[in-house]
Amino acid sequence: MSAAPLTSSAPVLDLKGVSKSFGPVRALTDVSLRLLSGEVHCLAGENGAGKSTLIRVLTGALRRDGGDYEIAGEPVVAPTPASMRAAGVQAVYQELSLLPHLSVAENLFMGRLPARRGLLDRRGLRTRAREALDGVGLAAVDPDTVVERLPAATRQLVEIAKVLTAESVKVIVFDEPTTALTEEESARLLDHIRRLRDGGVAVLYVTHRLEEMFEIGDRVTVLRDGGLSESGPMSDYDEDRLITAMVGREVTSLYPESPSAQTQGDAGVPVLRVRGLRRTADAPSVDLDVRAGEIVGLGGLLGSGRSELLLSIFGADPISTGEIQIDGRMVKPSGPRSMMEAGVGLLTEDRKELGLLPELSIRENVTIASLRAGSRRGLLPGRDLAEEADRLLDSLRLRAGSYDQPVSTLSGGNQQKVLLARWLLTRPKVLLFDEPTKGIDVGAKGELYTVIGDLARQGLGIVVVSSYLPELLGLADRVLVLRDGAIAGELGSGASEEDVLRLASSASTDPAGTDEEGATHA
Amino acid sequence: MPKLLWREPVGTATGPRVVTLGAVAGRESGGLVVLLVAVGILALVSNEFLTGGNLSNLARQVAIFGIIAVGELLVILTAGIDLSVGSVLALSGAVTAQLLVAGVPVPLAIGVGIAVGVVLGLVNGMLVTRLKLPPFIATLGMLGIARGIVLVITDAKTVQGSGLPQGFQTIANGTVLGVPNLLIIAAGVTAAAWFVLTRTVFGRYVYAVGSNPESARLAGVPVRTVTVSVYAISGLLAGLGGVLLTSRLGAGIPTAGTGFELNAIAACVIGGASLFGAKGSALGAATGALIMGVLNNGGNLLAINAFYLQIAIGVLIIVAVAFDQWNTRAAARSG
Repeated sequence: MSAAPLTSSAPVLDLKGVSKSFGPVRALTDVSLRLLSGEVHCLAGENGAGKSTLIRVLTGALRRDGGDYEIAGEPVVAPTPASMRAAGVQAVYQELSLLPHLSVAENLFMGRLPARRGLLDRRGLRTRAREALDGVGLAAVDPDTVVERLPAATRQLVEIAKVLTAESVKVIVFDEPTTALTEEESARLLDHIRRLRDGGVAVLYVTHRLEEMFEIGDRVTVLRDGGLSESGPMSDYDEDRLITAMVGREVTSLYPESPSAQTQGDAGVPVLRVRGLRRTADAPSVDLDVRAGEIVGLGGLLGSGRSELLLSIFGADPISTGEIQIDGRMVKPSGPRSMMEAGVGLLTEDRKELGLLPELSIRENVTIASLRAGSRRGLLPGRDLAEEADRLLDSLRLRAGSYDQPVSTLSGGNQQKVLLARWLLTRPKVLLFDEPTKGIDVGAKGELYTVIGDLARQGLGIVVVSSYLPELLGLADRVLVLRDGAIAGELGSGASEEDVLRLASSASTDPAGTDEEGATHA
Repeated sequence: MPKLLWREPVGTATGPRVVTLGAVAGRESGGLVVLLVAVGILALVSNEFLTGGNLSNLARQVAIFGIIAVGELLVILTAGIDLSVGSVLALSGAVTAQLLVAGVPVPLAIGVGIAVGVVLGLVNGMLVTRLKLPPFIATLGMLGIARGIVLVITDAKTVQGSGLPQGFQTIANGTVLGVPNLLIIAAGVTAAAWFVLTRTVFGRYVYAVGSNPESARLAGVPVRTVTVSVYAISGLLAGLGGVLLTSRLGAGIPTAGTGFELNAIAACVIGGASLFGAKGSALGAATGALIMGVLNNGGNLLAINAFYLQIAIGVLIIVAVAFDQWNTRAAARSG
């Protein structure tokens, strides 16, 4: 590792007036960015602001159209990903780049596996992998483990370990590294990044989570609509000013007014009532009530069973025992179809794998769940349904060239709106949201929160799972915290992030100390 | 419940649209161009090509093959594959021929022959959905099983007896107003598949399953039923093809249909279908079958070595898919 001296004032990486167009679309216009060694530089901006394009120009994945690019004073002429890596620009991507079926060791050194005359040097590989893993605190991970068996947080660290094995590490780009991580795991990752920074690496950190920027950033550059909005020391900014710089307008409050279900209809029957739900015979039993107009948050660590609970309620995962009532009527959870017909909708966390039909058009994606109800004798429903779908998309402010284009051409926030429209079209009584704003930019987040608040006011029962605590607490009327598949406790709307964390993690931080539960509750 | 609109809709979908040939004519446009070019060239260089006799001959050659291709297309749209269609065709044809030789009435013999195809298709579907076998493996197994059964029950001999009933042979060899029956049946099958795929809920579900089965399931699509159905339909059409081939040849041939599965897949691909699912159309599959038929027919007319034709069709498959890939990337670039 050839790190620059700690206190050099000359930039390690210097972009000046860089532009990039895709056909007629200008993705970047006259953007400049200087990264100094030993500094964490945050890159902020909404989706579509040009962050990904900038990163791809930086890492050599894209050729810039204009402007200058220098690494440690040397001009970069014809960058390719390989040449940029060799020059010391490394990246940890949001979409993990590990090969899931190969071992950790093979992944760490893929492309430059130690070998003698074409034969793999297995022992050398293991030793070097061991060192690399120890370097990121993964002493417990066996280099021979197959990557797909590792939890997301560990994979993220393996990814970092992989980057650190490069010959030269001057700059590391982190693109949304904490998206799949819980608060605690994120905190550990940020610690790692701090250590890298203190070791003299220049870090470019991209995240949607504002408080992370304040936690780790020394300097921030804000992009808006492909241009440079602002750049300056992090200490010059507070949350409001940063958001204003990103969206170009004042955002008063991200979260909707509490619809205060308590005053609306606590006398009514819960619109969703779950009793004694067990996923397997020896799994803990879960009870859950959601009243009409109420937003219930589900908190907990990654792996605490939040997503699984939603999938079980929706009938997508088999359950062992338990009963589910929708609007007072018992529903046999025989599959997503029966729950859908009873009035339940589920927006999954993984939109790509468990939501979108990428080859189908936007309109076809919206209507797919309502086709049967609107069909006569098996024929596709007429214009009415399509028009209703269009109206819903219009009211959700979907940004698309045409509703006939494939849904895969949309950005994350707009894809989420398509899925939301799909469920709204089925006239649901209960909507389950799993990490609704994952990978969605600030502006679209605010819109989505407004919509969720509006839907609750319309009388829907809503369940939101979120790892992002400000969101969970800002959105929900009350929060249930899950731990190891069981409900560890319930918190009112006034609860703090610490309350949630304490409930979520008291057992897992001290597995033997179940008798301490009483103390943490008090 | 009232409409779930809580604020004024704002029309946002007004951006400019790039109009391409594909947008107008659908994904089979490339195939149509190739077909027209091939027909045009043949009409110019051969005096025989556009004669009624040759055209109806061409139609008879292509029809059965087109029917199989349409069935294959449904399976391919769900991102599956059916390798058993050739063997199923042979078995259905031989069973029908044996029943006819045994004196069973024509309609019943046809019904049983087609039913054999449906049952084998259902078994394929069950293997894929219940035992979770990859479609390639399940239908590869069925390819061997069905071929083995037909060789066993016929003792590998042509089933002809003292000649199949004349009424039965007329089905595939007769004409209506000068149009070969086979062509009418194939056109009917293509039209029916087109209607099902573009106008029915089931058709939309087929594309949804091919696009992403897990997403489709979570949107309430009965993924298993749809999957079993497409294999059953593919089996049904293979059975129908077998009955028609037996009728055309006036005999049940146990080795009939060898290699049909690969030709059917080729026809789908040339017609714009993607083996990854959710892309393709019935018209495209029929066009693909026609292209291959026209090339073979033209080759015969021009006395081109048939081996060269195989090379040409191989090249065509690669070009068709490469062109499609290039098109997809171009579309992605233009946003």
